[in-house]
Amino acid sequence: MARVLLFGRLRDIAGWRERSFDPAPDRLSALKAMIRRADAALADALDGPGVQAAVDKVLVRGDAILTPGAEVAFLPPMSGG
Amino acid sequence: MIRLTADTFDPGAALNRFTAGRTVTGAVASFLGIARGEAGQATALELEAYPGFTEARIAAFIETAIHRFGLQDAEVIHRVGPIPPGDPIVLVLTAAGHRREAFEACDYLMDYLKSRAPFWKKEYGPGGARWVEPTTRDLADIERWRETEQT
Repeated sequence: MARVLLFGRLRDIAGWRERSFDPAPDRLSALKAMIRRADAALADALDGPGVQAAVDKVLVRGDAILTPGAEVAFLPPMSGG
Repeated sequence: MIRLTADTFDPGAALNRFTAGRTVTGAVASFLGIARGEAGQATALELEAYPGFTEARIAAFIETAIHRFGLQDAEVIHRVGPIPPGDPIVLVLTAAGHRREAFEACDYLMDYLKSRAPFWKKEYGPGGARWVEPTTRDLADIERWRETEQT
């Protein structure tokens, strides 16, 4: 299982804030493929400009490895305070 | 120290707490940001944070400011959730031996908070809701510090 969190406009596009994906994807790319099968519009938004991913609250680049139970957050460009 | 709060906070009480018991501090600088209501413009503001992640990023800005400006201490209080116009959004407090370091560190921290802090801001206005991204002014403000980082 991977727990996915969405923020900002990504949450509006998906219509949800948090969701679990089973079985546990082993890579970020595998998780994104699962998301694409469920919601292509959201998957396109996740690949959009300035969207960053964090795994267990640490920003990652590229195709990060996911351990079972990982928390994956997709972060659109930050507004600042 | 960084604190995110969904409730309104008392900036005066926070300043008094921060200042209490300091005997080697010569200067405390503060900046208070207030939710701005403009006639016919944004009627409400909502700030979303990523709990844990947002605090860690801001704590890193504070650590950098403490080292860069030789501060004795610094504190940030930031509102999250819906914020009505007129409410305090952010309070930055810096303590140093002398005023210049306290002022500059306060300015630096605000520029980082405005352009680099992990918040997602939604404005609800007459034309509906929209997500806000940093303004060109915010991005120009943070560039001021990059130039001096090289020296």
